[in-house]
Amino acid sequence: MVTWSGLLSNAAPKLFQIFAVLAIFFGIYAAAFAYGARIKGKSQSKIALVIFLVPALILAMTGLGIPAIQTIMESFKNADSSKWVGFKNYAVAFQDPEIVRTFINTFAWVIISPVIVTALGLTLATMLNKMKREALAKTLIFMPMAISFVGGSLIWKFVYGYNDPGTPQTGLVGQILTWLHIDPPHLLLWSPWNNGLLMIVYIWGFTGFAMVILSAAIKGIPAEIEEAAQLDGATGIKMFRTITVPMVRNTIIVVLTTAMVGTLKLFDVIHTMTGGNFKTDVLSNRMFDENFVYLNYGRGASLAVLIFLGVIPITYYNIRSLRAERKR
Amino acid sequence: MSTVIDAPKKVKKIKAVKSHGADRAFTSPIASAVVTVIAVLWTIPTFGLFVTAFRPNEDIRSTGWWTVFLHPKFTWDNFHAVLFAGGGSIGSQGMIPFAVNSLAITIPAVVLSVGFGLMAAYALAWIPFRFSDHIFYGLFALQGVPLQLSLLPLLTFFATGVKLFGVTIIPSLHIVGTLASVWLPHVMFGMPLVIYLIHNFVAALPREIMEAARVDGANHFEVFRRIVLPLSIPALASIAIFQFLWIWNDLLVALVFAGGTDDVAPLTLHLANLSGNLGSHWENVAPAAIFSIIIPLIVFLSLQRFFVRGLLAGSVK
Repeated sequence: MVTWSGLLSNAAPKLFQIFAVLAIFFGIYAAAFAYGARIKGKSQSKIALVIFLVPALILAMTGLGIPAIQTIMESFKNADSSKWVGFKNYAVAFQDPEIVRTFINTFAWVIISPVIVTALGLTLATMLNKMKREALAKTLIFMPMAISFVGGSLIWKFVYGYNDPGTPQTGLVGQILTWLHIDPPHLLLWSPWNNGLLMIVYIWGFTGFAMVILSAAIKGIPAEIEEAAQLDGATGIKMFRTITVPMVRNTIIVVLTTAMVGTLKLFDVIHTMTGGNFKTDVLSNRMFDENFVYLNYGRGASLAVLIFLGVIPITYYNIRSLRAERKR
Repeated sequence: MSTVIDAPKKVKKIKAVKSHGADRAFTSPIASAVVTVIAVLWTIPTFGLFVTAFRPNEDIRSTGWWTVFLHPKFTWDNFHAVLFAGGGSIGSQGMIPFAVNSLAITIPAVVLSVGFGLMAAYALAWIPFRFSDHIFYGLFALQGVPLQLSLLPLLTFFATGVKLFGVTIIPSLHIVGTLASVWLPHVMFGMPLVIYLIHNFVAALPREIMEAARVDGANHFEVFRRIVLPLSIPALASIAIFQFLWIWNDLLVALVFAGGTDDVAPLTLHLANLSGNLGSHWENVAPAAIFSIIIPLIVFLSLQRFFVRGLLAGSVK
């Protein structure tokens, strides 16, 4: 039974902790600033660097840098990390049919969903440009961004819900199929199409994001260019193909690669909707299961490294464009 | 997420071109129809679960939610059950303690990551030193490290300290099973992206202001407090909103670092467990899911403008 006193005794220490953490953080920094401001001359910059930059670097290195090195080493060790096994984890991963299945699924995810997200986002951004009630439509399509993928997965699990044919349908898709005189299948068990049904959840969640970014880019196309094209007689689809797409090409690539990295790391949707069963498993979820269900750390690490290898070309590409931009 | 931010390279506010008759007449009706259909399709699933959360249990099991339009019948009982009755998988004190956990994880993580991020961004942009560029690119590259790569080592670190090649670099923090063991990873994982985003903004502050202040004898700490901090507030607000949604909605970090105990489990984790345990008990899962999205939705809808600006931070000059 929930009681007010129960809630309060549960919440009070946690709320106090929030307050305490913030107080300590601001307290330490007030002191550090007061101390640093008193140092004069050349060493001032050095003190400032220590106070401003070093904490962030320590956080980034202990959180990402060092663990990444450790995981790469783990991936060459056996299940309980007691022995070096060379490339065995990788070799096994490429032979185990279940893990090969996760490669195929992940690959399909990384190719299919980013393309749909970007294409849909671009179409919507173009169509919404200059439309009446642009803001309302944008808000509705963008809203899933605020909903966690756990919440979103449950929302869609309900849409895909199964009831035996002939009984009243409570899932929307089942009902629509019934209206069309089709016996609804158990959608989430319906391999390989269930992968597509899971992708819909991601597309639903991410398209608004793509739309907003692309929309900002489209609004940035100089008015003179659009006008000149219109004078030349470009309208509708031609305008889209010859002006809009080339002008926002960079943004399209950014959205596409961001979505690719996102799907490569995708976890929540699979974990919540199928738990990787029914041939829907992907790398990130399998990595989690290897580590925390099968307790095979070596293999879990090797799958994490494979995700990393997938991200590297995209990161490399981004650093290159960042440097090019900085030089300009 | 990283790359999104430098998306639209030079977005200027330009008045939309007034479309001329023929052009509009051709595209507009089709476009309106398509957009309307998609907007409706995008909303229906959420709306369906929302309606379901208010339907009596026996109705949820026997008919689809769309039948409420013919036979409207609503109840608060489901919300009462998950929020104020509790028990079983829902937890002895209902869902509310998990919302408190979410807050106690999200607020410190957001404030600390934005705080550390702003200071680091200032240092990289305005304190000249030898390896400044290398560190900047190094941090940018760390964005490419998937957090999957660091989950287990970081968990071990919280339990036993950092060891690299058998040498203890940092001793154990003894925070396993506390709220700190959930928000600290968020701060760490967020560092590269947050620094990058804020750097975009801070580096674009006018050089004249900074130099004038330095000539007047202001040191880095004064420049930071009197100039950089006040000028950065709008950018910080938008990045904070972004981080808030990101951390509030996270599942993976919560599963790894708060998986063992309900004491520190955030809403998302509890919701995922709940749906695993209760399966198709939608009379509980639906209100729980709706409850879990209320706070991020309020944050999002009320601060939407800032949020969008945050995603474009630094590139909109």
